[in-house]
Order: sequence, then C-alpha cells, then structure tokens
Amino acid sequence: MSDYYQKRHLNHFSSIGQGNPRLAQLFFSYYQQVFEDGALTAREKALIALAVAHAVQCPYCIDAYTQECLKNGADLEQMTEALHVAVAIRGGASLVHGMQMLDWAQQLTMGGE
Amino acid sequence: MAEELRANQPEPLPAPSTLPSLRHRRSPLALPVSQLALLAKVPLDGSPFQGNFSAALATAGYADFRPGPPEVLQLNLGKLCNMTCRHCHVDAGPDRTDAVMDRATAEACVALMDRLPLRTVDLTGGAPELNPHFRYLVEEARQRGLHVIDRSNLTVLLTPALEHLPWWLAERGVEVVASFPHPRRGPLESQRGAGAWQRSLEALRRLNRAGYGTGDPKRVLTLVANPVGAFLPGQQKAMEREWKALLAREHGISFDRLITITNMPISRYLEWLESSGNLQRYMELLVGSFNPQTVPGLMCRNTLSVSWDGRLFHCDFNQMLDLEVSEANGGMTVFNFDATLWQSEPIRVARHCFGCTAGSGSSCGGTLVEEG
Repeated sequence: MSDYYQKRHLNHFSSIGQGNPRLAQLFFSYYQQVFEDGALTAREKALIALAVAHAVQCPYCIDAYTQECLKNGADLEQMTEALHVAVAIRGGASLVHGMQMLDWAQQLTMGGE
Repeated sequence: MAEELRANQPEPLPAPSTLPSLRHRRSPLALPVSQLALLAKVPLDGSPFQGNFSAALATAGYADFRPGPPEVLQLNLGKLCNMTCRHCHVDAGPDRTDAVMDRATAEACVALMDRLPLRTVDLTGGAPELNPHFRYLVEEARQRGLHVIDRSNLTVLLTPALEHLPWWLAERGVEVVASFPHPRRGPLESQRGAGAWQRSLEALRRLNRAGYGTGDPKRVLTLVANPVGAFLPGQQKAMEREWKALLAREHGISFDRLITITNMPISRYLEWLESSGNLQRYMELLVGSFNPQTVPGLMCRNTLSVSWDGRLFHCDFNQMLDLEVSEANGGMTVFNFDATLWQSEPIRVARHCFGCTAGSGSSCGGTLVEEG
C-alpha cells in the first residue's frame, strides 16, 4: 500500500478528468468559485478547509490547506485552533451518541426509569 | 499513562531570533557568485522551461527583452540597517557600514533626476533613513515634482535621532512603504526578530499621528507583506481588507493600501531556503507558477536601480546578484549613464527572475495582474 498518497498526485489532480472531462470541469469550476473571496475571506475559507481536511483525514488536503492558510495570512495559532474545532466536533459527535446508549440502557435495565 | 501525558507537554516556542549578516558570519553565500551558482544547480529538469527564465520569456513572446525609458529611479542608499531580518535579499544589518552611499554619488543621482523622464524616486536600502544624504535626496526629488517613496522598516523611525521623520516626510508628501509581513506577533517576529512587532506597531501609530494612512493622497501609508516562509503571497485585495479591519480593531491603526511582494531566492532568504530544506520545492513553485501575463508589467522594464556605490542595474535583485548593466563595457554608473546604450541592451535575467513572474506577479508596487 506504500504506493498510496503520492506527492505528485496533487499536482496532477486535473488528470482525474480523463474518464469524464465534463464532470471534472464542472467540479473544478465549482471548487474554484467556492474558494473565491466572498462574505468569508480567503483566509477564513482556508481555515475551514484545513479543519475539514483533518476531519476527513485527507493528506492531500492537509498539505494544500496548510500552505493556503499560511499564504493567506493565518498563523500557526489560528490553524491549531481551527484544527481543534474539527477535533471537538469529531469527539463531540462520538460523545453525544452516548445519549443513544443512555436511553437504551435506561430502557433495558431495572431501576433505569 | 499519566506520565506519558506529562512527558508530552508541549515545549514552549523558542524566542524568535535573527542571525547577523552573511558577510559578518563570513558565509560563502555572502558572495553573489555563490548565490548564482547555488540557484543554477537546483535540479529543475522536470519543471517547465527546465527552469530557464530566457526560455520562459521566449515562450511568452519576449525573446527580445529590453528596457523602455526609465520612469522609476530606485536608489539603494546602502546596506546599513538597524534590523537583520531573516528574509533580507540585501544582507543588510547594523554591521554593514561598509556599504553606504556617499555625497558624490548622491549628487550624481540628483543630476540623473534632471536628465530622465522620471515619475518616481524610490529610496531603499538597508534602512535608507540611516544614510546621511537621505534628506538631501528627498528634498531634491520633491523640488523636481517627483513622487518619492521611502521604503521603511518602521522600527528605524523609533531611533531617537530620527523621531521627527514621520512629520518631516509628511510635510514633503513622501509615500511611506513600510515592511509589515504579518499582523500577528509570531510570524512577524520570526522574520524580523524579537520585539519587532511592538516597535512596528508603535511606528505605525506615530505615522498615523503625522497624518499617514488616513486617506490623504499626500500622506500615503502602504504596507508591504511578504510571506514568512516558502510560499507565494496570498490575495492582495483580500488581505488588505482583512488587515485594515484587524489593525483598526486591535491596535487603532489605519493604513491606505497593502501590497504583496514575493520573496526572492537571494542572500539570506536563499540561505534560509537551503538550510530549511525548502530550496528545491520553492524553485519548483516559482517556475511552475510562471504567468506570462506578468511580463509586460515587470519593473525591470522601467526602473533604473542604483547601488550604494553608483553602479546601475535593471532591478534591486540583480543589484544584489551583481548582474550589472553593460558588463562587457565595464559596467554603467550614475557617472557615465548612457540612455541609448541602456535601452539597447537586453535585460539581464537568471533563475531568480521567476520570483517576479509567479502567480499574480510581484514588483516593488505589489502584484502585476488581477488575482484570479
């Protein structure tokens, strides 16, 4: 499996269009517009992307958005805070499912009422 | 488990520090010829144009690449500086008393102001304010109705003998173009040294009090942001909007505009790229980001760059690499400037030139094309 996640993949991402150029073109055009400066700045969008990259654990996105965050004026402190938002939501999502456990455990056991 | 957790306590971040100049450390990279050799041997065979800038220009339709009439006279008043920033392409520092423009050269520069169809006199260094003829040059250029730029490192304005400068410059309508790479302390100080953040903010407050950065066209305050690391600058317009809001909110500071400048792989920045293992990647980034649309606006086409000792170059970067104009004829100086010869010779280029053509482009005035 060591041939997974090659650095060169990111630079050659556009060749994913070989099998269906139209869909690739639509995706890349959409992608580019998502990251344009809008109601959120390029820096804020890069920080969101960095957090999501860690949540979905995509090494390509982590490389790309670490650089994009720095480029757009974020610093390590801001990037680490963004990362912790992803960590908190991932952890919180596990923990809040404990409410399911709690409900069922109370339903199924004596003295849970 | 608890012990392991304790063992993993994060180390406190090291205090930012900067090294003395390359020359002071007797580093081999202090020599332009060593810098050019290091750049030339970066393997770029897999990159566009094999990393050859002339080939890139030819592809863009500029096989014949010559300067037009000089509109900007950029005077590098010397390498003396109160700071020793890690990315400095000049290798400036407090020890560089060896390279300071003298009066005779300054007077020859003034004579050039009368001969050329100039718009702008751009004073840089080092810290140009530390040159004893700085005020003379400002006065002479302003008397000729030329736009004058002071490229300031900000902290020099807190030097006791120079504390009057914000007001003095304001009275003469000099634009202050101030190095301010980042609005947050960590990145700013990792480039410019411990204590630089507070001192830069204080200098900006003083400039504001002198009327700079308040929308007055005679007191323009421009911030220059260059990346604190091995990446290209972000979007100039977006950063300007964000930094204006942030500096106003957190520090009560205002400025007129922000320009981004790409770091050139020269001198101390080149040293950092090599020692941090970023050189190859950064050169691949610059070459791979070649944008032919930046070529028409390149500053080498309308700038006359003068070194502290009066020699002429197509830009400040060529100056630091000793890529002289008219080298075959023994070089051209402010004392023997020949406009016809100037425009007849090709602009000297090498690999560092990819720094000005990457992405949205880079010049002493910021990006060169609309950001996409």
